[in-house]
Amino acid sequence: MNKKHKTVEYDRYGYLFIAPFFIVFGIFQLWPFIYTIGLAFCESYTDTMFNVEVGPYFNGLANFKTVIFSDAGKLFDTYTFDALWNTFVMWFAGFVPQILLALLLAAWFTDTRVKLRGQGAYKMLVFMPNIITAATISVLFYKLFDFPAGPVNQLLTGAGMDSVRFFSNTFSCRGLIAFINFWMWYGNTMIILTAGILGINPSLFEAARVDGASSKHIFFNITLPLLKPIMLFTLVNSAIGGMQMYDIPKLLTASGYGDPDFTTRTITMYIRDLAFTGSKQLGKSSAVSLVLFVVTLIMSLILFYIMRDKDEIAEQKAIKARKKLERSKN
Amino acid sequence: MNTESMTINIRIAQFLRGLVCVFLCILSLFPFYVMLVNATRSSVDIQQSFSLMFSNHIGDNYKNLIKQCNETVPLWRYMANSLIIAVFSTSLGVYFSTLTAYGVSIYKFKGVKFVWAFILAIMMIPAQVSSIGFFRFVYQTNMGNSYIPLIIPAIAAPATIFFMKQYMQSALPKEIIDAARIDGSGEFRTFNEIAVPLMKPAIATQCIFCFIGSWNNLYTPSMILTSQAKYTLPMFVQIMRGERFRTDFGIIYVGLVITIAPIFIVYCILSKYIIAGVALGGVKE
Repeated sequence: MNKKHKTVEYDRYGYLFIAPFFIVFGIFQLWPFIYTIGLAFCESYTDTMFNVEVGPYFNGLANFKTVIFSDAGKLFDTYTFDALWNTFVMWFAGFVPQILLALLLAAWFTDTRVKLRGQGAYKMLVFMPNIITAATISVLFYKLFDFPAGPVNQLLTGAGMDSVRFFSNTFSCRGLIAFINFWMWYGNTMIILTAGILGINPSLFEAARVDGASSKHIFFNITLPLLKPIMLFTLVNSAIGGMQMYDIPKLLTASGYGDPDFTTRTITMYIRDLAFTGSKQLGKSSAVSLVLFVVTLIMSLILFYIMRDKDEIAEQKAIKARKKLERSKN
Repeated sequence: MNTESMTINIRIAQFLRGLVCVFLCILSLFPFYVMLVNATRSSVDIQQSFSLMFSNHIGDNYKNLIKQCNETVPLWRYMANSLIIAVFSTSLGVYFSTLTAYGVSIYKFKGVKFVWAFILAIMMIPAQVSSIGFFRFVYQTNMGNSYIPLIIPAIAAPATIFFMKQYMQSALPKEIIDAARIDGSGEFRTFNEIAVPLMKPAIATQCIFCFIGSWNNLYTPSMILTSQAKYTLPMFVQIMRGERFRTDFGIIYVGLVITIAPIFIVYCILSKYIIAGVALGGVKE
């Protein structure tokens, strides 16, 4: 009795330990989020002619209407969904080579038959761009691909070709952003996948090899299926990270507003452009934020669905079934 | 015969794979190498030709950069500002995240399961979705153009808490805490003097990641800070792209080198731990 009383007393300290987190979360994350939701239903902008703030006045779903429908009433034909599409294209074009190369390198680094020397150095160098300030990297690439006298164009003209205006062409602009994303992140993915392969029970590989399976067979029939959860985790994680893409497209293009013709403007750039430039449309910007929130939420739910503990679920189902069985017996 | 051809095949594979890896390493280093080379060349040279050979204008470029910066805000200020924000947000963030993780893994209070599920649920939601409300709130409470909204929110870092809890499960036996209680240690003292030292490896790893995250952050500082004397290093990079530096290439390259240097040095020293930390974070089973 006495002992039980004591543990209860200790456990109350738990509230004190988690209090700072919830206080700060409430003030700096939850409240701003509620605020954003509120603003999304309000008219709130700055009148540029007289430089006065208008609103916020409640105006129902008007912001969402302009965010989702074009002036002509066409669904999704808006800057918001253009920006979402840009973000998706640039993320996807970087992610596909990223995961493929990471997978190949991870397979090589864990291959016991063909041992690769100098792995530590390779890993260190390939991962390096990942931790360097993205802002600096994009300004560096901006200078390297400068027209007409950036180093890359100097190499092109040196090889007898014409110099290229990389930043006034949608394809090369998006391509460069995708490349930088790929280049910064494949090392990270490679390390995660390598750790994932090393986490697979080695006896599985041994058994397959004893049975005469080739490296290719082992990779496609053992490694890949067992790596699936980690790869899906990487996918969703990268997609959510990709939705937040800001620094690179912001600093890579000439004006910083998604040149050419807003085709490299990401959703976070659009949120900022709406809220902090021109007539500072905070209301509409908040509505766009909520669109981003819904997209992220869907992705997170997919992630949760993937990462849920399958064994635990199976166990709970078994317990339920057993209880049902017992009940029906009674 | 068969085994011999196999060893030859393995040798060939080894060679080819090594070649690919070396190429990828060059790909990682090349842009930075060009940056370093151009930092040592004069602006005129940079515009005239491409070169992989170092020149001797780095002193001039550096002096010009410092001079340019001193007209408004000296370069070291940006670095100091970034450092202040990163140090405070990292120490607060990691300490309180460890505290929170300890709270949910050691104590069995009512609702602990819900609290944990909640922390997991908010982990994936990007801060950008509430940035408009955040901005309005910060300015209404007179915290605009200050470091408070860049430092204090670090206390609520679900990803760090998640990592800490994972680590605690293996590194912090409950018997030790019980023993400390029997010896009459208070709960917070037990945490500070027994749990924190045991968590040192995880704390070090998270310190590195939080520091890098804060140091590299452009999104929030560029929204909150308005006076140039308070700008951070990534914001200085943004300035360098602007009109004032447009023609002076040598200056820009030196500026880029200077902004990369600190994190590059840190990476050279700590790369082993950083890579190990990334590997640890990825394996969630």
